[in-house]
Amino acid sequence: MLRIDDLRVNYGGIEAVKGITFEVPEGKIVTLIGANGAGKSTTLRSIAGLVKPASGRIHLQAEDITALAPDRIVSKGITLVPEGRHVFPDLTVVENLKIGAYLRKDDLSHDLEWVYSLFPRLKERSWQAAGTLSGGEQQMLAVGRALMSRPKLMMMDEPSLGLAPLVVKDIFSIIRKINEQGVTILLIEQNANMALHIADLAYVLETGRITIKGTGKELLSNEAVKKAYLG
Amino acid sequence: MQYALSIFLSGISLGGQYALIAIGYTLVYGILRLINFAHGDVFMVAGLMMVYLSTALPLWLALPLMLVLTVALGFAIERAAYKPLRSAPRMSVMISAIGVSYLLQNLATYITGGLPKSYPELPFLSDSVVIGGVSTKWVTIVTPFLVIALVFALTQLINHTKVGMAMRAVAKDFETSQLMGIKINSVISMTFVIGSFLAGVGSMLYFSNYPSIVPLSGALPGLRAFVAAVFGGIGSVPGAVVGAFIIGMSESVIKGSPFSIFSDAFTFALLIVILVVKPTGLFGEKVTDKV
Repeated sequence: MLRIDDLRVNYGGIEAVKGITFEVPEGKIVTLIGANGAGKSTTLRSIAGLVKPASGRIHLQAEDITALAPDRIVSKGITLVPEGRHVFPDLTVVENLKIGAYLRKDDLSHDLEWVYSLFPRLKERSWQAAGTLSGGEQQMLAVGRALMSRPKLMMMDEPSLGLAPLVVKDIFSIIRKINEQGVTILLIEQNANMALHIADLAYVLETGRITIKGTGKELLSNEAVKKAYLG
Repeated sequence: MQYALSIFLSGISLGGQYALIAIGYTLVYGILRLINFAHGDVFMVAGLMMVYLSTALPLWLALPLMLVLTVALGFAIERAAYKPLRSAPRMSVMISAIGVSYLLQNLATYITGGLPKSYPELPFLSDSVVIGGVSTKWVTIVTPFLVIALVFALTQLINHTKVGMAMRAVAKDFETSQLMGIKINSVISMTFVIGSFLAGVGSMLYFSNYPSIVPLSGALPGLRAFVAAVFGGIGSVPGAVVGAFIIGMSESVIKGSPFSIFSDAFTFALLIVILVVKPTGLFGEKVTDKV
């Protein structure tokens, strides 16, 4: 579905991504794991159109989407749940969800119901300002907001960051549920253990290069991965 | 009593006129964190355009055309002078705004030859009326009502439409707004369009009261409106409106006293007092920095 060819991205004056090639097959959960500064976020940000790659190509199905503006990328069916959630604190929960569907002109009531069924907590708080939610609820809102665009591919940047272990478990089971409903997932995580358990396909990114690839299970039993990321 | 009424009337009409300018400052600041120094000059140019348009066209055509051209001017300034500096430090954009301000003033001097131009008499607005024994123009009475109607329409737009929701989102977070599919440049243009439109309406009201226009005519009203926006808490629309009415009223009171020469000094003294007590202004947000 998504193919990245020899992608190079400069970020903050350094070459953060040094020519990576990988694929995200349709309907799968794919994860990129790696340490801080390995270039994971930069990769997602360049797919989303927030940073322009220095070279390399990004294809969605047969279409070259490399140089498109972020709003065009969203309209192609790719969404990014940003690191640190970034809900709009002054907007209500329901406004946050509606703004996720900004480019859509059709009726949103079914999608709102769907998101509320995934996250019942959001329904209870739909008229509250998003800034008043707890960290876990904000993460749920960020995911729900992304779903409102009816994405084909949902990219998630560190969804477990700063959340309590129980909440992390919830989030991961929701990711699985969303995937079962036909949304392809590209997930980056420092919590490699959790990510590899749900991933069909995984890549290890080290200082801007992909060093290991395999299924989630393969990487879980890979000695190098165990030593570096699973402790 | 009559004296108090005349002070009051001139205060609320001046306040309303400042409010329409102040909203332009506060909207642009809310989204770009930019003090658009050219805004007062856009207000002056709107007045001059009306002067020239009304000599060639009937008023019913000149007035809407003036508003359209003012909006186009605000839009063009943003595209030409601010948009190319989107990722530059904020100071560069501010210098650019000061440059545009001088450009508009110089252009006005070039076209008018620096001579005062008199604003056309508008039917109804420029007519005299006597209220409670005080003689004034209709514009004085109309201004506060028109301002309230426009502010009401604006708050509806901001709080209950998709564009308004996008404006509130972009004001908080450029990058995440882009991830929602919002074109931030369109939203930014929209704020300049709204701000310039209100400045155009404001110029019509203000210059009907003070019908002599020189190239510097936008400087002081612009500055006072800016003070009003800071006073009310810059970034907040209700703040700008309340601030403007307070500034207008206090200016009117001082101008009616033996100390009229100090009216601007007093305005700024009031601002300093407020900012010492409440640094974010009357309606300012506690956290203004972007995370």
